[in-house]
Amino acid sequence: MLGEGIVKGLAETARNFFGSYVEKDRLTTVQFPEERLPQAEAARVFPFLVYDTDDMEKGLRCVACKICEVECPPRCITIEKSTEKKPDFTGKPQFYPEKFEIDVSVCMSCQICVEVCPFEAIKMDTAFELSTDDRFGGLRWEKERLAKPNEYYRQIHPMEAAEVDEQLAEKKAKAEEKHAPAAATAEGAATR
Amino acid sequence: MTAPFVILAVVTIGGAVAAMTLRKLVHCALALAVCFVGLAGLYLDLNAQFVGLVQVLVYVGAVVILIVFAILLTRHDELPAQTNRTRVAGLGVSAVVFALLAWAVTAGGAQMGAAVAAPEAAMKDIGGALMQKYVLPLEVVGLLLTAALIGAVVIAMEEKKKAR
Amino acid sequence: MTQGLDQIFVTFQHWAVAHSPAAVQPAVSIVLPVAGILILFPSLFAITTVLERKGLARIQNRYGPNRVGPYGWLQPVADAVKSLTKEDIVPRTADKLVHFLAPVLLVTVVFLEYAVIPVGRNMVLADMNSGVLFFFAAGAATEMSVFMAGWSSRNKYSLLGAMRAVAQMISYEAPLILSSIAVVMAAGSLSTVTIVEKQAGYSGFWPHWYVLTPWGLAGFVLFAIAMTAESNRSPFDLPEGESEIIAGYFTEYSGFKFALFFLGEYLEMFAVSGMAVTLFLGGWAAPFSFLTWIPSWIWFLGKVMTLIAVFIWVRGTLPRLRMDQLMNFAWKFMLPMTLMVIFSAGLWKFLPSGVLRWLICAAPIALLYVVLGRVLQSERRIEKRVYRYAE
Repeated sequence: MLGEGIVKGLAETARNFFGSYVEKDRLTTVQFPEERLPQAEAARVFPFLVYDTDDMEKGLRCVACKICEVECPPRCITIEKSTEKKPDFTGKPQFYPEKFEIDVSVCMSCQICVEVCPFEAIKMDTAFELSTDDRFGGLRWEKERLAKPNEYYRQIHPMEAAEVDEQLAEKKAKAEEKHAPAAATAEGAATR
Repeated sequence: MTAPFVILAVVTIGGAVAAMTLRKLVHCALALAVCFVGLAGLYLDLNAQFVGLVQVLVYVGAVVILIVFAILLTRHDELPAQTNRTRVAGLGVSAVVFALLAWAVTAGGAQMGAAVAAPEAAMKDIGGALMQKYVLPLEVVGLLLTAALIGAVVIAMEEKKKAR
Repeated sequence: MTQGLDQIFVTFQHWAVAHSPAAVQPAVSIVLPVAGILILFPSLFAITTVLERKGLARIQNRYGPNRVGPYGWLQPVADAVKSLTKEDIVPRTADKLVHFLAPVLLVTVVFLEYAVIPVGRNMVLADMNSGVLFFFAAGAATEMSVFMAGWSSRNKYSLLGAMRAVAQMISYEAPLILSSIAVVMAAGSLSTVTIVEKQAGYSGFWPHWYVLTPWGLAGFVLFAIAMTAESNRSPFDLPEGESEIIAGYFTEYSGFKFALFFLGEYLEMFAVSGMAVTLFLGGWAAPFSFLTWIPSWIWFLGKVMTLIAVFIWVRGTLPRLRMDQLMNFAWKFMLPMTLMVIFSAGLWKFLPSGVLRWLICAAPIALLYVVLGRVLQSERRIEKRVYRYAE
């Protein structure tokens, strides 16, 4: 019958109009600056450096191996190795980065640096409200800006952080096992 | 020679003169529209409401638009220059037409004064006259217009068939 | 008391005229209603822009503007400031005079249309004998302004949009005027005041509105559709469709001139809605006889706003019509329907009142509707594609 579709369409839009005042799922807008949509587990924006404990200098996991700098496709990471070593979470002395700079305007969020890092030191952040009006240095981030604690990592990627923490705990346990028999033999040798 | 009459006359004649002398053809068409509006105003000044309003509706709303479409679809923006021969011919023709109109207007002048007390032609009277006294001319004009419309459609359809 | 409230503007006008010096009395008595129109309808325009945006938004599962005032109701103020302070860009090769005159002409002619619409009892600016004809004559002049806008922009797409817009407006003028002729026939006069007065009676508590007759209902629907097409409003807004041809004939307009075009289009929508209310919905008359204590101008404004709400609703529902679909609809469907409406209105006048009259007058219209529906839909056969190779 001619005109039937129009009437059905009008009924549907009227239902939507009045329903938007009553039902929640007929008005799905999120009022942005005041409310935000929750982000997915695998959301990623730009990288950040993870540090354990509360001390950025001592707990930084990065050992300046420079694998991420070499693998980064647009080469946005710049690392300067330190000249002295400091102990890492297993107690083994490692280098640390004197200077770690990421040019965020070049970074393409490909996550390759995260995938190749053997020390679980660099992970993807989810903060996206990053605009700045400093044209000449505002988007080149130094180590101080990039380093964020492990608690933050657990907050933004809970499942990933749990896995990483498990792996690191295993490694630490294995390292302690290795040291414990060595200490036992050292003690044994000392007592003999 | 009341003020509205003078203003409307100036608008009408000004529009007509502009329509003759402007360079761009579309400007001429728009000036013609102004002239028609002036004419409509003159009709309304003479208390002929129906004619005045229909003048706007038909002339300004349809005829001028038709002229403008014709100009646009044939894309002649510049007018050809006038030669001396055409100027003389134009003067001759306009002189003849002027003489004819002047004779027609002044010859009936004696009767003009007596018709001052003409009754106001109300819409009902016009409608009644069209449907009773003048019904044959009305139907003939309707037939003519329908024939013109059908002819236009047929011509357009012919072209579509040829294009296939 | 309600009589006083009903005539409050008229009494104010009489008081102002009486208290002004004799020399300017005619001027005052004209300027006051004109000022009233100039204040009322643009404010209505401002409210309608917010209403439209929020209404469309709610239909589309989102909020409308909700930042500027309480719930976004001061958005028109922000829009006005924006359009007044934007740079007025005129293309270098554009025809400056015509480019300037087009929006001015549109707004002027549209304000002229308000002169014959009775906003309340005794509240019409010019009680002309041929008010309806004057209204449509002014409507014809708006097409000139659309064409001027498109042509003066020196932009092929603007010109194309303008030509399509003019073709659309001319095509839909025929059903518009023909459906109003049925009302003029029934009322026996072209004067808007007489038409409303004929509809202001009640039989029992049922009103005498023309929309409650079969030809009036069909005529109203046809008039409303033609009205949407005349104002270039969705679903007939191909000439100015934003996704089709950017803004069509007003692509090259910015700032205040664009605002004037917008104003002109919305004001034309109000004017034609006002005419629809006057012709079919009883003008300022109340719907039931026990509601006549509410002032007449409130009824008129309420009916006009209801029509506007329906337009917004239709805009949010229907997709845009293509140009050839539009023209087919006007000439093949609406024109025969309006002719049948006129015929039916004639029958209505000559038959004695009663249920039989209703059925006899509704039958031809319904029949033609079904026949046209079947015939026009069967024309859309899906044909096998034919290829024509270059020789």
